[in-house]
Amino acid sequence: MTHLLRGAIVPALVAALAVAQVLSMSMPDTSSMVTVPAGSYRPLYRLPTGVVDRRDTPRREVHAFAMDVHPVTNGEFLAFVRDHPEWRRSQAKKLFVDRAYLSHWRGDLDPGPLAPLDSPVVYVSWFAARAYLKAQGKDLPTVDQWEYVAAADETVRDASRDPAFLARLRSWYGRTLPQPVPPAGSGLRNLYGIADLHGLVWEWTLDFNSALVTGESRGDGSIDAGLYCGSGAAAAADFDNYPAFMRFAFRSSLEARYSVGSLGFRGVRNLSGAGQ
Amino acid sequence: MVRATKWTTVGACLLAMLGMQACARGGETDPAAMVIQGEEVAALTEAPNVPPPITRTHATKVIVNLEVLEVVKRLADGVDYTFWTFGGSVPGSFIRVREGDEVEFHLRNHPSSRMPHNIDLHAVTGPGGGASASLTAPGHETTFSFKAINPGLYVYHCATAPVGMHIANGMYGLILVEPASGLPPVDREYYVMQGEFYTAGRYGEPGLQPFDMEKAIDERPDYVVFNGSVDALQGTGALKASVGETVRLYIGNGGPNLVSSFHVIGEIFDIVRHEGGTGLVNRNIQTTLVPAGGATIAEFRVDVPGTFIMVDHSIFRAFNKGALGMINVEGPENARIFSGQLANEVYLPEGGAIQMMTEDAPVIPPAATLAERMTRGERIYAGTCAACHQAEGQGIPAVFPPVAGSDFLNGDRERAIAAVLFGLTGPITVNGQQYNSVMPALGMGDEDVANVLTYVYSSWNNAGFEVTPQEVAAVRAAGPREASAVGVPH
Repeated sequence: MTHLLRGAIVPALVAALAVAQVLSMSMPDTSSMVTVPAGSYRPLYRLPTGVVDRRDTPRREVHAFAMDVHPVTNGEFLAFVRDHPEWRRSQAKKLFVDRAYLSHWRGDLDPGPLAPLDSPVVYVSWFAARAYLKAQGKDLPTVDQWEYVAAADETVRDASRDPAFLARLRSWYGRTLPQPVPPAGSGLRNLYGIADLHGLVWEWTLDFNSALVTGESRGDGSIDAGLYCGSGAAAAADFDNYPAFMRFAFRSSLEARYSVGSLGFRGVRNLSGAGQ
Repeated sequence: MVRATKWTTVGACLLAMLGMQACARGGETDPAAMVIQGEEVAALTEAPNVPPPITRTHATKVIVNLEVLEVVKRLADGVDYTFWTFGGSVPGSFIRVREGDEVEFHLRNHPSSRMPHNIDLHAVTGPGGGASASLTAPGHETTFSFKAINPGLYVYHCATAPVGMHIANGMYGLILVEPASGLPPVDREYYVMQGEFYTAGRYGEPGLQPFDMEKAIDERPDYVVFNGSVDALQGTGALKASVGETVRLYIGNGGPNLVSSFHVIGEIFDIVRHEGGTGLVNRNIQTTLVPAGGATIAEFRVDVPGTFIMVDHSIFRAFNKGALGMINVEGPENARIFSGQLANEVYLPEGGAIQMMTEDAPVIPPAATLAERMTRGERIYAGTCAACHQAEGQGIPAVFPPVAGSDFLNGDRERAIAAVLFGLTGPITVNGQQYNSVMPALGMGDEDVANVLTYVYSSWNNAGFEVTPQEVAAVRAAGPREASAVGVPH
């Protein structure tokens, strides 16, 4: 009965959506992605190499990959949950999302005034983000990929030691996020043409919870231990990069089922054979 | 053997009696072993208030619910700052528990927060003081539990990287672990916590000011304040007491960098419980050091009425950066303790040669042009006036009135000339705010008075008058205005 009614009222909408879904399913959207050439970046936390000057930590190599220009928007996520009922707010498995999942939406299929269609979707868990991206043949960026691209400002690929750039980021991190979240594209657009890595919302990374286990033997037993007070600073490569400290602290506070009001995501696709 | 043990105990008790009367605990000496009876939710208070003394005679399970909020609030007149807070204000909520209590700590990070936060309580014995068990994402809550085994007054703070920035943004507060025997009763208890702020703009520069990392690393704060803003403890925020009462201040210092030389002008601390501990009780202290990340308990009986000013006696912080609070004491005068001013007379050293610049003995020839008048006036202002009225004429709210954009100044130039010539005392209203302090007569010649007033009138959106020495001479000849004279310039 309900089913029939619903179908009778919105057949046109359903049809339009079906077309949109066919389009998005049949051909992954690459027009909104940018190819990032291979390169290297200097991670905040050093590997135990015995290097005396911490600022000379070895750079980490990153292969070429493609990255979304914008973080995923409410409108895009709405299309996904229409097609995947198991990821609607009322139906998502509690193993994969917490109570805050899409809590700013008015309804299962109605983002409402707090979630404008062109603004980044927030209150999504790591599981939900990956499910969305998997449907598009993409995945979350690794911390290495994300930090590598995010080191760029408008004009140079590695601005991670530029005091002016860092000051801008600190100023952004120090402000509260406007509600509703501003539209995608309103943050910083860097020289790759990728927008909003800074200046809008935090973003999920594939290996967000393993950053400190890699090579930091002291932290192997307890993932968070490296980030408190003295011990956090002692392992760092660059004491002045407060924005990087804040990103690592933020990632460390997360669990994969968490949904946070300032945390969104974007996709990457690894380019076959690139840099191998 | 038994005897020896007894004497040791008695000796320890005698020593302890000088401190926090720990003897009342009797045989129950190990707080870690105290039996927990019942459960209660801790009453948290916003500074300057302190939760009431604990009257329980047993240890209990205390549930503390503390919420982290990132809020835009006032740092000074016209200056806003994005504070990161424990409980919605700086300093964080005051937590009061009893020695031996089992504390179940719930840290809640509001969903609107941008940052994850945690808490390191110096009262906790355990890794990170709780920090490693409490890293909390926005919109989440973490819980950990600890036994309060060491009595004393302790700082708590956020310890999420970058730690310095979290503390610099206001993430600190105090937790009191009352000794099992309690603290001696007093009439008033207040919570005062110092902290400094590093802003992109200089002191008083209006608008929403972001955190300045370079200044923080160089330890060059623009603001050093009590209880989170320049005038939190001034005007209506002033602490109150009545003559004859004993006041206990729980004083914390969040830092992040500076050590406080805490002092109350016109009072002597009868008792200082040194660094908030229970062992060393010092008496008759003028100024007590409060380390960054440390605390102190100071107690004093107020004997005479008046306004007593709390300062960090590293004194430029008090007069130029905001480390100034007030205690208003009401009650009858006591002339045996303090007489008030008995006389104010001309002091003439033998020989009668007063060193004073007058038009009869000009040190330099008078200014020939307006530009010259301005240049000389600026120099006089910097040397004589800026100490109180501040470099940009902005004054210090509630203490020294502004001379920038001042309705008091622009409304009556003869009154302004008289104030410089003869001084000014008593209540005045400047730009809608009341001031009640004393400006001394400055002993300047007509030429200097004309120069400095012309400079002030031509600066900071004032009326732009040029004041001439002739005009000053006329006001001087007319003599002091009623009820405004202090000192005798002639």
